[in-house]
Amino acid sequence: MSSDTSSPAAAWDYAPAPETMPVPLRKHYGLFINGEFREAASGKTFPSINPATGKKLAQIQQADVADVDLAVRSARRAYEGAWGKMPPLERGKYLYRIARLIQEKSRELAVLETMDGGKPIKESRDIDLPLVAAHFFYYAGWADKLAYAMPGRTPQSLGVAGQVIPWNFPLLMAAWKIAPALACGNTVVLKPAETTSITALHLAQIFQEAELPPGVVNIVTGAGETGAALVGHPGVAKVAFTGSTSVGKQIAKSLAGSKKKLTLELGGKAANIVFADAPIDQAVEGVINGIYFNQGQVCCAGSRLLVQESIHDEFVARLGRRLETLRVGDPLDKNTDVGAINSAAQLRRIEALVASGVEEGAELHQSAGPLPEGGFWHRPAFFTGVSSSHRIAREEIFGPVLSVLTFRTPAEAVTRANDTCYGLSAGVWTDKGSKALAIAAQIKAGVIWANTFNKFDPTSAFGGYQESGFGREGGIAGLRSYLK
Amino acid sequence: MALTLQYPVPTVDAVGLTERAASFTKRSIKNEAKATGLRLAVSMMDLTTLEGADTKGKVTHLSRKARQPMAARFACPPCAAVCVYPNQVAHAVAELAGSGIPVASVATGFPSGQYPLALRLADVRAAVGEGAAEIDMVINRGTFLEGDETRVSDEIAAVKEACGEAHLKVIFETGELQTYDSVRRVSQIAIEAGADFIKTSTGKITPAATLPVTLVLLETVRDHFLATGKRIGVKPAGGIRTAKEALQYLVMVKETVGDAWLTPDLFRFGASSLLSDVELQIAKLVDGGYQSPDYFSKA
Repeated sequence: MSSDTSSPAAAWDYAPAPETMPVPLRKHYGLFINGEFREAASGKTFPSINPATGKKLAQIQQADVADVDLAVRSARRAYEGAWGKMPPLERGKYLYRIARLIQEKSRELAVLETMDGGKPIKESRDIDLPLVAAHFFYYAGWADKLAYAMPGRTPQSLGVAGQVIPWNFPLLMAAWKIAPALACGNTVVLKPAETTSITALHLAQIFQEAELPPGVVNIVTGAGETGAALVGHPGVAKVAFTGSTSVGKQIAKSLAGSKKKLTLELGGKAANIVFADAPIDQAVEGVINGIYFNQGQVCCAGSRLLVQESIHDEFVARLGRRLETLRVGDPLDKNTDVGAINSAAQLRRIEALVASGVEEGAELHQSAGPLPEGGFWHRPAFFTGVSSSHRIAREEIFGPVLSVLTFRTPAEAVTRANDTCYGLSAGVWTDKGSKALAIAAQIKAGVIWANTFNKFDPTSAFGGYQESGFGREGGIAGLRSYLK
Repeated sequence: MALTLQYPVPTVDAVGLTERAASFTKRSIKNEAKATGLRLAVSMMDLTTLEGADTKGKVTHLSRKARQPMAARFACPPCAAVCVYPNQVAHAVAELAGSGIPVASVATGFPSGQYPLALRLADVRAAVGEGAAEIDMVINRGTFLEGDETRVSDEIAAVKEACGEAHLKVIFETGELQTYDSVRRVSQIAIEAGADFIKTSTGKITPAATLPVTLVLLETVRDHFLATGKRIGVKPAGGIRTAKEALQYLVMVKETVGDAWLTPDLFRFGASSLLSDVELQIAKLVDGGYQSPDYFSKA
């Protein structure tokens, strides 16, 4: 607790509470093609690292053009065969079965997710995994009701969906991609992020246990070249990508002129707008959750705090005190609030942007306390004195670093919130409902939260404006991306 | 009518508050932390009997339980106080003589507070006169809901004066005020009027104490401390029955106002049945296995 209110004499410290469940982690993972695990044609592999320790967890296959081709062909065969001919009601049953199996294995999947990705077990257990199952349940229900989603039309599936997902929510992003694609009758080739392949391959095992017909979902692991091979494959009818704006732009260029349907869910620099009449303690919590959830490695993170000038000092003081109570450390400890940064490369990017913030004259506030040895760590931090021209106010940091800016009037709040090339999400904090609605209507962002932040639900559409991408995932809108 | 307070009272968003309160239940309290926390909880307990059927015998039993909740080998501390109706104060004081355990008395026309002020103050003076070291008063909720904050404040100040040296705990009966905005506001009013402790409930209606409503009280005392340097105590009362819940409250105290509040001087549980479950858990930690509740004396 903050030195402001504590006397150190009476400290009551939490004992370590590590999640001790043994997990079926394997030393080697194969590619998942046509219902079976196999090695890459080239024989090349790469390690998957535990970002909390820097140590290797497992060896992953590196798929190249030949493997991707095999995967797409097997997906095509499944599309033209068993899956494509299956009555929608039956398709739905598979999705329900998958959802139930995910629930049954959710604890081991949560532990694996935390080991491979660095996120606190509290989050993978209470947020990621429940949402993964919920997504499959939700879209399972749609499988035989597609006509109701699009009145007056006869919805038709597209074919093979090539899906490339990021490392920040490995399983959840896989669910966001796979569940609607299958519900709509497509087949899938999914490429997980290079640093977080493991849980996707455990999901593949669940597909086997659910007796999903071979080829309906294929998983090819690897880095950017693997993704490029998948996106560029002529057998792919639909590309869905979640990741960085720069890669998204390359994909959009490469697909221009092709018949492939595309959805992109890219970066963000969301404004979290706090008015002077906001419920202040809840707003502080919302800002903390908005930027430190998953170490800030969230595309819709509330990375720009716009606080009304009249409460700036008070709000920053509260933020600083709250920052000190965040427990940074072993992601497998059930009491950890902030875990490890996903990779060394990501940590370097965060550090470079933090250095630019200091250099450009903003004031850095960081939590004290020791960081664990080994692995990739960054203290939760925020900058005050940030101007809208600073790099830390414009570029996506994708780490636990918040930029605090001020505004005077609602009109200025809107101008500043929209002063970005992105437009994925935003938050508005005020005790006045009419004000929240009026501001939300003026902000260019796909998702706007009022008096809350980072709330996800399979029934709700998610997606961006401008350089945050296009197309929607989740809800009825999420079906459109997988139907013609 | 509406009172001008020392600083603006912030509004409370119920959804965010409830979510934050729920986050404290996710903490995993193990081993030494659990052992320390459980004993701390006992030391913060106002062991309470507030029944029409209270007798000297019942108060004797409760007082002895408060002195020594468990056999010596469990190293369980005594309770913080024994809380009774004014009529039982003298007997409780006699029973607790030499133990250092104070007697707390409810007063001011507990539990409704719907009596003339003169009678409520006489109630307080009588209890203090019999030896009560702590007074648990109720505010007149009717007056607050009528919007007469000035009168609520004046009455608390008058009770404080009637208390003399006795510590004053102010009960809001949050279940009757209903909104968190009201609870936040009345907390600030009570603190400014002289409360030493602010307390959620009488235990006579539901909902009594909950984590979210207690969080509002804690946030108020934290902000008051940051503004004035003065530490006010908090007492959730009613409805806390398990050791697990008690630990969740302690987690919330630690993470909201800090370790400085983890003392019976600044945090109390008002409870009658909580002690039994805490004892069971302490015995489990000492002896390594759960025992039948039949092996523990009831409060």
